Amino acid sequence: MITLFVNGLEVSAEEGTTILELARSYGFPIPTLCHMDGLSPYGACRLCVVEIGEGSNAKLVSSCTYPVEEGLRVRTASSRVVRARRMILELLLASCPQSKTIQDLASAYDVHQQRFKQEYEDCILCGRCVRVCEEQMRAKAIGFRGRGERRSLGTPFDQKSEDCRLCGACMYVCPACQLRCTYTEPEKAICGGCANLSPPCLKKSSFDDLMCYMEPCVACEIKKD
Amino acid sequence: METFKTIDQFISFQSHLIKKLNPAHPTIIISAGTCGQASGANDLIRIVKRELLSKKWTDQIRLRITGCHGFCEMEPSVLIEPKRTFYPKVNVKDMVRIIKAVAEDKVIEELLYLNPSTGERIETQDEIPFFKNQIRTLLSLNEKIDPIRIDNYIEQGGYKAIVKVLSKREPRGVIEEIKASTLRGRGGAGFPTGLKWERFAEQPDGKGKFLICNGDEGDPGAYMDRSLLEGNPHSVIEGMLVGAYATGANEGILYVRNEYPLAIKHLVIALRQAYQMGLLGSNILGTGFSFNLQLVRGAGAFVCGEETALIKSIEGMMGEPVQRPPFPVRKGLYGKPTLINNVETWANVPIIINTGAQEFKKIGTERNSGTKIFSLVGKVKHTGLIEVPMGITLKEIVYGIGGGSSGKTEIKAIQTGGPSGGCIPATRFDLTIDYESLKAAQSMMGSGGMIVMDEHTCMVDVAKYFMNFLKEESCGKCFTCRKGIQRMYEILNDISSGKADRSTLDLLEELSTTVRDTTLCGLGQTAANPVLSTLHYFRQEYLEHIDHHHCPAGVCKPLITYTINEHCSGCQLCLRTCSVGAITGEKKKPHHIDQTKCIKCGACGDVCKFSAIEMRPIETSQRTKG
Repeated sequence: MITLFVNGLEVSAEEGTTILELARSYGFPIPTLCHMDGLSPYGACRLCVVEIGEGSNAKLVSSCTYPVEEGLRVRTASSRVVRARRMILELLLASCPQSKTIQDLASAYDVHQQRFKQEYEDCILCGRCVRVCEEQMRAKAIGFRGRGERRSLGTPFDQKSEDCRLCGACMYVCPACQLRCTYTEPEKAICGGCANLSPPCLKKSSFDDLMCYMEPCVACEIKKD
Repeated sequence: METFKTIDQFISFQSHLIKKLNPAHPTIIISAGTCGQASGANDLIRIVKRELLSKKWTDQIRLRITGCHGFCEMEPSVLIEPKRTFYPKVNVKDMVRIIKAVAEDKVIEELLYLNPSTGERIETQDEIPFFKNQIRTLLSLNEKIDPIRIDNYIEQGGYKAIVKVLSKREPRGVIEEIKASTLRGRGGAGFPTGLKWERFAEQPDGKGKFLICNGDEGDPGAYMDRSLLEGNPHSVIEGMLVGAYATGANEGILYVRNEYPLAIKHLVIALRQAYQMGLLGSNILGTGFSFNLQLVRGAGAFVCGEETALIKSIEGMMGEPVQRPPFPVRKGLYGKPTLINNVETWANVPIIINTGAQEFKKIGTERNSGTKIFSLVGKVKHTGLIEVPMGITLKEIVYGIGGGSSGKTEIKAIQTGGPSGGCIPATRFDLTIDYESLKAAQSMMGSGGMIVMDEHTCMVDVAKYFMNFLKEESCGKCFTCRKGIQRMYEILNDISSGKADRSTLDLLEELSTTVRDTTLCGLGQTAANPVLSTLHYFRQEYLEHIDHHHCPAGVCKPLITYTINEHCSGCQLCLRTCSVGAITGEKKKPHHIDQTKCIKCGACGDVCKFSAIEMRPIETSQRTKG
């Protein structure tokens, strides 16, 4: 067992535990977007930063990826941490203002406006869908492409992947994004929109026979009863 | 090529080569690294070969084709041994004369290097101020060695270090020697190499341990590693051999970016020769020690210079950094312990083993021993690769070696450490070059790029340039790095086009701090340095842009305008030069620039012989309209 201090409290954890898991088990709240139990830690959203170390060696690290260390001093809500989280939320709001999750988080951190040029993106590239597809669904149908500002999410060559079983897990785990399915262009779709059980089949007329390409359609199967 | 089965066989071969060596033999040395070849060294080589063959001078005069000597500005340069006569910027016609002069043991006075400050001709390379003020322990070998001939390296004492280490059979002692030398990683962070080796050696052997040479040098304006790999590939291979023996690794990887084709070519040849001689592979020189070294080419991502991203790249995955700890020394390539050092660090290893740690420590300062190669570029008279002892001041580099400003204006600042570094103003040029002091001055050593800037450089524009570079080169995994850098670029763009107010500056500072604090890898953590350091030292320049919409250096295009004054003679030179047809006017009558068409490239000002083109700050009213 490893002994360390979280917000002054002496706690112990098994080797290999992350700071996030430990802090949460002791009831210290840490906000996350890219973290999900059951998926490997990734550390993309940076919301879960905590402060470790003392004095001039103090630094912020993402708690979801940082393993516990003997004698480590962790502060989950120091002023430096909160300042950083507020700036991250401001950046998130500036890019994806429509996401309810992000709005709620921003409001919880008292961020009410952002000072950048407003963008209207949906995806924050947290990678949850990529990981669930690879690690839980064993499909590896979607992945990241490009780097820097051109990084994006999709299937190879934007073609519908043959590995995709249209399970809908990617949409289910998405913390912030809007429905990414492009109903009328099934070839480009990352995921079957039908899986979310809501309207698609009812509006069949407006999309001709392109609408439902899931065989058998989960939504229809369930709605049959 | 002979394969050596024992250490003694190799030693006798080496002493045989050294005995044959005749330093008094006239030799024409042509610097043909990438810089030399780009300036026409290949033509010179052809001429020399043809001349020597046709005049039957092949026994009398030797030709040695080497890597870069360092004085890149003077390429293609020719060095004549034994007197070490240095001819800069040699053209094809002069080359023929030089060959003749060498045959007659003469010197062509008018082709020698002209010292710009004194107006005197300097004959030997070592007397030239650019070379005189350097200590060239690594780079001096470049001119002695033809990189595609292993014999050249061996006759210069090559592979002596590994022979010494293998005969002593004390791996632990090698690590102690490196530790005693206080060598620090030359890749930028400056971690003590000996300590890293020690931790790596402690790792259980398991199913293999890896050594990696990080040759993914991507900083704009930096090319130290390239010239080492091109000019002296065997020194890196030997360094890795010593490291492998000391730490118990049997596999090694040379990771070199594919943008360095010549370095890769020379490495491939060097590796093949070393394998053939039995200096690589299994049972090296009959000692039972085995080390396999292979070359992996990088696919062109700046972030792959970061060690965890580099490992991902070798594994065939996307070059994305991952969390440290666990550090690669514990869990790296394929989950095995991995030791990663920079090209220059590896090249220093044989020197330490050969001369001894105490001798090595004599150069440099207490905590920063040895020499460091920098690429000195920008607005200085002499640009090129320089090798200086640690602890030298910036002043000595810029004015002593660099020869001061190349333009009409004073030197304003120096940018060190590439995109991760910062700008240090001229008022702080008494700063010594070492890892700590550069960090304290909000810059960093980085891999060794040094860009000198004068009054014609706008600091907002410099920060903007690096943000533009980084927003493309960030891997994009961390949200704060991807979006943060993009937003910093947007804000800087606003400032440089006069659209910002003072509150934007606070936002920029706040954002920079967040990006520095909250990102995963070194790229993000240092990405804000160009912004933070320029804000710290050149805040006035930022305020000038914001408050008065004025760019003091005249660089930010949205804030300047070009007009033609009464000195115009109507020669029509500018009219013909303008690529967008913005200049109109009849012959011998004053011309006029159409502001709606002008792209502010400044080409007209460059060609005008009457100083009639004026660049001045744009009027505020005009700016808001535009």
